[in-house]
Amino acid sequence: MVQATVLQAELETPRKSEVEQVGGLHRLIRRRSTLAFLMTLPLILVIVGLVAWPSVYSIYLSMLNKKMTAFVGIDNFTFLLKRSTFQMVIFQTCFFAIVAVIAKALIGFVLAHLMHNIPSKTQRVYRGLLLLPWVIPAAMSTLTWWWLFDPSYSAFNWALNVFGFPSVPWLGETWWARFSVILVNVWIGAPFFMIMYLAALKSVPEQLYEAAAIDGATAWQKLIHITLPMMRNIIAITILFSLILTFANFDIVRILTNGGPQDQTHLFSTYAFQVGIQSGDIPLGAAVSLFMLPLLAIFAYFILSGVNRRTREEM
Amino acid sequence: MCAMSTAVAEPGAVPIRDRSMRRERRWALWGSYIALTVFAFIFLIPPIYTVITSLKTSTEISSRQGSPWLVQNPVLDNFLELAADAHFQAFFWNSIKITVVVVILSMVISILAAFALARMRFWGSAALATGVFLTYLVPESLLFIPMFQIVGSLGLMNSTWCLVLLYPTLTVPFCTWIMIGYFSSIPKELDEAALIDGASYLQMLVKIFIPVAMPGIIAATIFAFTVSWGQFLYPLAFLFSSDQMVLTVGIVTELIRGDVFQWGKIMAGSMMAALPPVIIYAFLMDYYISGLTAGATKG
Amino acid sequence: MAQVSIRKIHKVYDGDVQAVKGIDLEIADHEFVVLVGPSGCGKSTTLRMIAGLEEISSGDILIGNRVVNDVPPRNRDIAMVFQNYALYPHLSVFDNMAFGLKLRKFSRAEIKRRVDEAARILDIASLLDRKPKALSGGQRQRVAMGRAIVRNPLVFLFDEPLSNLDAKLRVQMRTEIKLVHQKVNTTTVYVTHDQVEAMTLADRVVVMNQGIIEQVGPPQELYHHPKTRFVAGFIGSPAMNFLPCHVVQHGDGLAARVDERIVLSIPAARRDRYMPFKDKAMTVGLRPEHMTEIRANGKPGLERIDVRVDVVEPMGMETMVHFMVGRDAMCARIDPNTPAKANAMLPLQADMNNMHLIDPDSGRVV
Repeated sequence: MVQATVLQAELETPRKSEVEQVGGLHRLIRRRSTLAFLMTLPLILVIVGLVAWPSVYSIYLSMLNKKMTAFVGIDNFTFLLKRSTFQMVIFQTCFFAIVAVIAKALIGFVLAHLMHNIPSKTQRVYRGLLLLPWVIPAAMSTLTWWWLFDPSYSAFNWALNVFGFPSVPWLGETWWARFSVILVNVWIGAPFFMIMYLAALKSVPEQLYEAAAIDGATAWQKLIHITLPMMRNIIAITILFSLILTFANFDIVRILTNGGPQDQTHLFSTYAFQVGIQSGDIPLGAAVSLFMLPLLAIFAYFILSGVNRRTREEM
Repeated sequence: MCAMSTAVAEPGAVPIRDRSMRRERRWALWGSYIALTVFAFIFLIPPIYTVITSLKTSTEISSRQGSPWLVQNPVLDNFLELAADAHFQAFFWNSIKITVVVVILSMVISILAAFALARMRFWGSAALATGVFLTYLVPESLLFIPMFQIVGSLGLMNSTWCLVLLYPTLTVPFCTWIMIGYFSSIPKELDEAALIDGASYLQMLVKIFIPVAMPGIIAATIFAFTVSWGQFLYPLAFLFSSDQMVLTVGIVTELIRGDVFQWGKIMAGSMMAALPPVIIYAFLMDYYISGLTAGATKG
Repeated sequence: MAQVSIRKIHKVYDGDVQAVKGIDLEIADHEFVVLVGPSGCGKSTTLRMIAGLEEISSGDILIGNRVVNDVPPRNRDIAMVFQNYALYPHLSVFDNMAFGLKLRKFSRAEIKRRVDEAARILDIASLLDRKPKALSGGQRQRVAMGRAIVRNPLVFLFDEPLSNLDAKLRVQMRTEIKLVHQKVNTTTVYVTHDQVEAMTLADRVVVMNQGIIEQVGPPQELYHHPKTRFVAGFIGSPAMNFLPCHVVQHGDGLAARVDERIVLSIPAARRDRYMPFKDKAMTVGLRPEHMTEIRANGKPGLERIDVRVDVVEPMGMETMVHFMVGRDAMCARIDPNTPAKANAMLPLQADMNNMHLIDPDSGRVV
């Protein structure tokens, strides 16, 4: 009784001041929409002004002549396609991207399994160590690799020599240079795959494995019939993401080889930089980088449908 | 007991006894430890070598005596000289300046946009969300050429401010994506309770969503920081003079004069440049990782 | 004061889904009204429209004589307790309860006074510094109630608050909610799908089904005098037994003829009321508690039925037996000491004084 009266006593802030008539409910909805629009406006500006518009502008640029005074249509593209250097760039980029991503996926997959086998506390330690290549800024770690590959002072070659092997022209010979570039990219990127796959592995219910064990499955069968199907979506999405990032990679090749020897390690991005900014032919550079667009679009499409499928499955 | 279980199981299909199962597991455990340690060692070779080289004098580096994997005469000269060098200091400050501004800018843009997209249904929100995702997939190596023209025409060439303008294109999409995921996972009933308690949308965002989604905010901030700090292509394309240069490009261009590579200094500089991200990673590793996985799995 | 009036409320979702199809309800000040019904009957939607969390398609809602159709939730002077508690996870119990008051710029002293008061009523004073994740389900529910109490609103709204608790806790919290209402005495609208909760808590029960109100009344009235078959079958646990039959002439009076063997005399007092339905196919409703073992007290209106028992469920203080009559499954409550075995015959008596006769075409109890 006493409590009720105490609570009901209006000591402060009477109800009347709380009444704010806002107006029609319709006005409220419109206000919410305008508020939401205002909140997304900066994002829209970034996307439209700094990404969409430059992309379209890039297409326009690629169709100008070198001095950017006349419109030449697709001449830049045909010119590039006829040059053997550029044909090699196409090959090199695709080769680089595909080989590197496959290697990263495999190594990441193996590492994730190894990590999954050990108890959580030690997992943290190893995870901390193994993720380091991804954490260090790519440009910085590539410098170290450059030093490790130095033609005269390579510490790797020194070690090889100690064991009686000949020195390797890491950056001097075409295929070795390509190998080195892929090696560095794999070194940087494999930890990312490991983390993603480890997260996916952890989400596979343990009971599935137990049921399979009772049904008589070997470790290999468990891998094929349980692990891989359950992880299928994450594997696909990670690979596609990585393909896009690797395809457009710039830092590694630029620092290690700058496209050499003899343009044999150029990727679209580094070649576009050389042609567009260093040689001053902006339209040609734009054309080079636009070659990436169709493949990126295809990858993006697959990622989107994969992501949509995943969210639908989770619902 | 042995006889019964062999009678039930098919011959050779299943490891029968408890003991052999545990033995198998222990094999797997130790095998994993060994393999992981080997991998860890391999992965850490370059960072270790970086440290080793940074402690050597130029004479020791070029002398080629003994093993390059050991330091005969460790000195801190490289670090000290770099720290005292005015150019290097300028690089460092520029990087910090740009990164801090970009991180704040990116987080403000992403949080506001993510809240609107996750919570306030409005016309076009689904399309915008997909647009955000697609933008993340547009690489900097596609944008830098047209931006070269645009930046030039805006008169921002060779200025740190053009980087402040450009970096958000790299950070905002992914940060928004992460934040949308985190905001979406907050139960709608919390919104309704807050509405009834008397909160406006902005009050909801500040008093409830941001605190509750703090792990996501930290993860997104870390992401924005590491991307901005480690950027190489844009500064290389748009900055020329030393006073505007950032750390990543500065180390490469300034410490290499003609044919002379001051590797000791380069390694020392690279270490110092790598330090902020690595320190953040060391202390906030869980947030760092959840930021990575959030992007793809919450997609 | 704090009455709630719901007048001709409709709620239509996109795609022409009619969730609420015309509801009229007057709730008096201080009354505890329970909206009860199966999933999808529109009870939660109605509650949310009172709260302002759902738009009203047509009709009016008045709180305290003020039309609140277009008033946002924060200005309706209501408080709500959610099924999932909806506690702010990053705030302590104290701050959770103080949140609404802080937004309304109450003074620190007043906030502390109100929170301490509510904490005392709900017996959570020792938990004020804890965060929600350190609380049990029952404690969280109490904090949610505390958050509502400190606001001192015109109306409390409860949206299935006990559904997430385990059975034992539910029974305990039911009593506490009733105690709180006796202390604080605020008008309350309570939504649940559990008719036991409805019966025990409500001053009046509103049974809803498919967007309309089937019946409104005090619990006992709904129990003894259901107006429709739905209400008859919904209220009471275990549910009422329904037997299709024909109303036939039986001697001087009427009887419900289930089949050749089972003919149940209808008490004389009801003869006139049921006469219009002679020779019609109707349904007889009998609650399990009115089908018992044979008791020697010779009251008129008791009819004997011999059944073959399918399942026996000993509940301790009573035993439930399940059996078939024709093609209908039925249930009776017998004294636990009566011997009953599966597959054995058991004589039962049906107390026809408590029967209900239902017109299968209209669903109304006549």
